[in-house]
Amino acid sequence: MERAESNNNVAIEMHGVDVSAMSDPSRITVRDVNWTVRTGDYWVVGGLQGSGKSDFLLLTGGLMSPAAGTYTLFGQPMPIFEDRRLPERLRLGLVFEGGQLLNHLTVWENVALPLRYHRNLRRSEVLSEVQAVLDWMGLTTWADSTPGALGRSWQKRVGLARALILRPEVLLIDNPLGGMDVRQARWYLQFLDELSAGHLITGGRPVTLVVTAADLRPWQGHARQIAILRDDRLSVPGDWSRIEAAGREIIGELLPQEEGGGALPTT
Amino acid sequence: MEKGNATTLDAPQVRRVFRAPLPTQLTNFVGRKLLRLLLTVQGLGAFSLITLGVMLSKFRVARQVVWPAALHEIHRSGVRLLPMFLFISAVLGLVVVGQTVSWLNRVGAIPYLGMVMVIVVVRELGPLAAAMLILGRVGTANVVELGTARATGEVEALEALGIDPVHYLVVPRVVGMAVGLFALTVYLIIGALASGYLWAFVQDVPLRPIDYIRQLAGALQWMDFALLGLKTLAFGFIIATITCYHGLAQPLRLEEVSFATVRAVAQSVIACLIVDALFILVYLSV
Repeated sequence: MERAESNNNVAIEMHGVDVSAMSDPSRITVRDVNWTVRTGDYWVVGGLQGSGKSDFLLLTGGLMSPAAGTYTLFGQPMPIFEDRRLPERLRLGLVFEGGQLLNHLTVWENVALPLRYHRNLRRSEVLSEVQAVLDWMGLTTWADSTPGALGRSWQKRVGLARALILRPEVLLIDNPLGGMDVRQARWYLQFLDELSAGHLITGGRPVTLVVTAADLRPWQGHARQIAILRDDRLSVPGDWSRIEAAGREIIGELLPQEEGGGALPTT
Repeated sequence: MEKGNATTLDAPQVRRVFRAPLPTQLTNFVGRKLLRLLLTVQGLGAFSLITLGVMLSKFRVARQVVWPAALHEIHRSGVRLLPMFLFISAVLGLVVVGQTVSWLNRVGAIPYLGMVMVIVVVRELGPLAAAMLILGRVGTANVVELGTARATGEVEALEALGIDPVHYLVVPRVVGMAVGLFALTVYLIIGALASGYLWAFVQDVPLRPIDYIRQLAGALQWMDFALLGLKTLAFGFIIATITCYHGLAQPLRLEEVSFATVRAVAQSVIACLIVDALFILVYLSV
């Protein structure tokens, strides 16, 4: 009974998972991942460029199959490609590093698309819902612009809005602070804190978050759980209090002390 | 063997050449090309079947999104090209139909005019010219748009949102191009036949409009209408499928989009000509 209750809290569970590169499926980028994400967790997965963060997140997002091992989302084997199991799949949202918006659509249309597609709704039927999300995320000004007219930070924000319109229970965000200025990064961190605590945008329900980062400093005081991708392995030091115990050689490059802790990234 | 009786093929040097194995590089080259052709045919066939399957199985899924997208594609592949097609039909009538009418008049074969027009314009030139024009104007754009979307990760974004890229990106294009090509072919044929008569009229060919129309009506059979519809729909489906396949079905980097466009155009032309040849067989057998 206890076991069943604890399993109910598990959102993501991986056992012995090997992650292959999206661009070259024959190349393994991360090996033997054993990882559990519980509902309500707020994970930051740190790793330098080329460590396989994006591939790891794409696999977690269900865009490719594990090369080895098992991966379940709320107890359901992933990836899910069958239409009849789509509702299970949509419990998870994925935000790409560059937003990956559809360039032929406006910001409003990009955000509305998943809602209209999955619920088969006219534009007029999603007006208020989309407008509310745009308002919450400060995107109303850009509603009629195409992605090409937006800066990279704003594109990322639109990508986040598009993922949130479906109210996912688990949200994966690839390198959200990469290339952001300080003001945008602060907004993003604060917004993710609110999502993790429960935001009106998701009906007040806390969202389980997994973000990747090349620099862990901005996430101190925000993310509660840490995992590190290094040398093809995912190590899970746990929370911030255990970081020092994990050894500087593991996280030193991701948490450089000489530049001052807590500084927001500029790259 | 006397020198005078020996044929060229019997010459020792020539025999050596004929019996020598083909250079390895040449056989490798041919083999690679053949293998690539087979893989392309397999890929295109699979993609066509997937597209048809998605079109049928998701006919009622996300209608409020996909059907307006199909209408947009019909506008793009049809309505927006109408001025260009009207101009081309006038020129086509001028250079082909006008000359044909004029020459038939010189050799006293005006009674065969209707049949010649139906064979040349309705059965062959109209559908093929329309297909090539749409390939150039819309098909190439398909490869570039979808190839860029693939290269920049838009397709993965759709998959992450649970949206079937074939349903959202390919099906509207296939429907739009098939319907648009059919409609434009009809306009092209009517325009070419009309402008051709005007050109002949200017040259004082003794043929009243009513006689011209009667000849055309007499030469046209029910089969021409049916096969014209089938042929243009087939051309539209083929061009849309091949261009979408090259843009979407394989991982692309941005620098590869132009090569994919060239491949798509060449394969579309070849596929349309093969289908056209098959339709000729149908015409001849009926």
